[in-house]
Amino acid sequence: MTSLDYFLFTAFPYVAISVFVIGSIYRYTRKGYKVSSLSAQFLEGKQGFWGTVPFHFGMLVVFLGHLLAFLFPAGVLAWNSNPMRLIAHEGIGFTFAVALLVGLIILMIRRLTHPRLKAVNTRMDLFVELVLLAQVILGCWIALGYRWGSSWFAADLSPYLWSILKLNPQPEAVVAMPLVIKAHIVGAFSIFLIFPFTRLIHILVAPFHYIWRPYQVVIWNWNKKDIRDSTTPWSKARPRNN
Amino acid sequence: MDIRSQISMVFHLDKCIGCHTCSVACKNIWTDRKGAEYQWWNNVETKPGTGYPGKWEDQDIYKGGWEKKSNGAGNGESGDIKLKGAGKRKGLGNIFHNPNLPVIDDYYEPFTYKYLDLIESPAGDDQPTARPVSLITGKHIDIKMGPNWDDDLGGSPDYARNDPNLKNLTPAEREAMFQLEKMAFFYLPRICNHCLNPGCVASCPSGALYKRGEDGIVLVNQEVCRGWRMCVTACPYKKTYYNWHTGKSEKCILCFPRIEAGLAPACMHSCVGRIRYLGVVLYDADKIQDVASAPEDELVNRHMDIMLDPNDPEVIEAAKQNGVADSTIRSAQASPIYKFVKEWGMALPLHSEFRTLPMLFYVPPLLPVMASLSRANNAEQAEKLGAKTKFWSDDWLYDTSTEELFGTIDQARFPLQYMANLFSAGDTDMVRERLMKLMAVRIHRRHVTVGDVSKEKADGALHEAGLTAEMADAIYYLTALAKFDDRFVIPAAHREQAIEMMEFTGDKKGNTGFGFKEGTAQRGL
Repeated sequence: MTSLDYFLFTAFPYVAISVFVIGSIYRYTRKGYKVSSLSAQFLEGKQGFWGTVPFHFGMLVVFLGHLLAFLFPAGVLAWNSNPMRLIAHEGIGFTFAVALLVGLIILMIRRLTHPRLKAVNTRMDLFVELVLLAQVILGCWIALGYRWGSSWFAADLSPYLWSILKLNPQPEAVVAMPLVIKAHIVGAFSIFLIFPFTRLIHILVAPFHYIWRPYQVVIWNWNKKDIRDSTTPWSKARPRNN
Repeated sequence: MDIRSQISMVFHLDKCIGCHTCSVACKNIWTDRKGAEYQWWNNVETKPGTGYPGKWEDQDIYKGGWEKKSNGAGNGESGDIKLKGAGKRKGLGNIFHNPNLPVIDDYYEPFTYKYLDLIESPAGDDQPTARPVSLITGKHIDIKMGPNWDDDLGGSPDYARNDPNLKNLTPAEREAMFQLEKMAFFYLPRICNHCLNPGCVASCPSGALYKRGEDGIVLVNQEVCRGWRMCVTACPYKKTYYNWHTGKSEKCILCFPRIEAGLAPACMHSCVGRIRYLGVVLYDADKIQDVASAPEDELVNRHMDIMLDPNDPEVIEAAKQNGVADSTIRSAQASPIYKFVKEWGMALPLHSEFRTLPMLFYVPPLLPVMASLSRANNAEQAEKLGAKTKFWSDDWLYDTSTEELFGTIDQARFPLQYMANLFSAGDTDMVRERLMKLMAVRIHRRHVTVGDVSKEKADGALHEAGLTAEMADAIYYLTALAKFDDRFVIPAAHREQAIEMMEFTGDKKGNTGFGFKEGTAQRGL
């Protein structure tokens, strides 16, 4: 094991995850105003549709696929034990990965060519898109060239990721893997690393609470009933400075 | 009964001259910023016309507001209304790409002119010009749309004929509106309606939009807004706007910092025609859902019935129980809104059928309705007018006679059905009732001031319109003579109590003025 391998598969994941957690919390609490993705649909809607929809749904399925193989490796291996189910599993995953790739390319072309979008572009947006593009191309390459990814992910990578989570990193299996797969793993941790500094942060504020919320929101600045009741003090807190 | 107070408004359209002073006042204070250039929280539209954004009233295009699914029950108890283009299922399903979001071209691409070219161009054979440049891209553009692009284009094919409110007018009625010599239009100033059942609030996945409990002003919390843009779709009046630069939604805030200080909102304060009235009304919040899901033919009346009589002792008692301040109740009793909407029955909400229960009411305009045209007998008119005034060779004349009371309302060149589509969900009787009141007040005042209308005739007109002479004089006063404090009855905001609820004011001593919001600046280690 070279020292570079040792750094990339033991130290780097901890750096990336620490930056991800601390950076996200810092940004949400201190710079909360910008915790969102700057939508450009208002400036350009038609071409964006063909990019953003396949991109997001592709990303959703591909990410959940990785997450399931990480969380439930035994279950994924059991599912894959039947060849038909394995091919269906891999086929669906690859289809969405291609959708993700196509959507991403359309979004990048749109970002670079549409005159109105140039007004809202940042260099960081382009950087994120390039990182994602590299990662998706590597992922598709792996899916085609190193079959069957869903099985060996569950068998070899999931234990590695758990070993990192358990603060007892076991990078041996990963170090022995082909270069493409190593690059994909480093890419994944790199995305975690840059996450808090980019528009990717909007994933963390996905509005699931809308599902349980009543439709109408009314906010009272104070409790009027308390104010009108002469027996209650308006201020529940005592002064701190006297 | 859950009695709350709501800041409500009346716009008297008969007095609007379409000068756009309100729009400019608002623009200068709130939306003169990058990303907000195209936003007009207050805008004035020419009607008939397509408005801003184009055809905003056509919910087949924009999918705004609520729609009632089943019309069967009739009692409206079930609350079976759904957001047309947003909501939990549609909103989250379309969160990556909202198919019903208007884009900037539906409003207009904001622009300025290269004025400096006029000064700095080198000497040449041609006069230098100030070419238009886009405020988004900074490049030259050919302007296709702008603020108030349809201003005064009452009979135009692109704007007036595409007005969604013409939907159930007969072809003959439409043509009558657009013939050049008969053409009529009026102005419709629009701001956020601060609805009781706001679509924008209901559609916000982040929960950034909210209605203030104390005064019912609908606001966007800019810190919570994540730019999902569902509110832009859900507001049927298209009065929430997406700021493309900040990635946040913005809307009319009813100048709440001014209202809390007892000042009228800027658009209202600056109104040259003094058409705007603002006051507080008491309403029963328990009824909102029932009223919003009422059958279409009862909707307008039930919407206005949600307002409660602020002089009713029971209402006062219930309001006090619910914590409404005495000063607010007193303001509600003096409110010009309650008078216009309930006491006199002269104002109507705009597009009740969107079911958001807007709290901005309009007194429909009488003038374009009243000024009907009749084919004059040329010889007779020439004899009557020729000696004193220049006689117009066209043989169409405005009929402004008062001989046949109310006759002109139904034979107007401006179809009542059009007004009804705007203000009463298509019910012409409700609009006719309001126009008759406006006409009766004029006839009464003509009797009082000019005297060529007999008392019998004036009283008859008042009686037919359901008014008394005292009411007519009060209407006349509030319409024509009212002073600032009559038009704007703003209750105290009691912000001092709000502050004391949240923190001890002693803690803040020494922290205002030259205080620190984020601690002292760090210098070195």
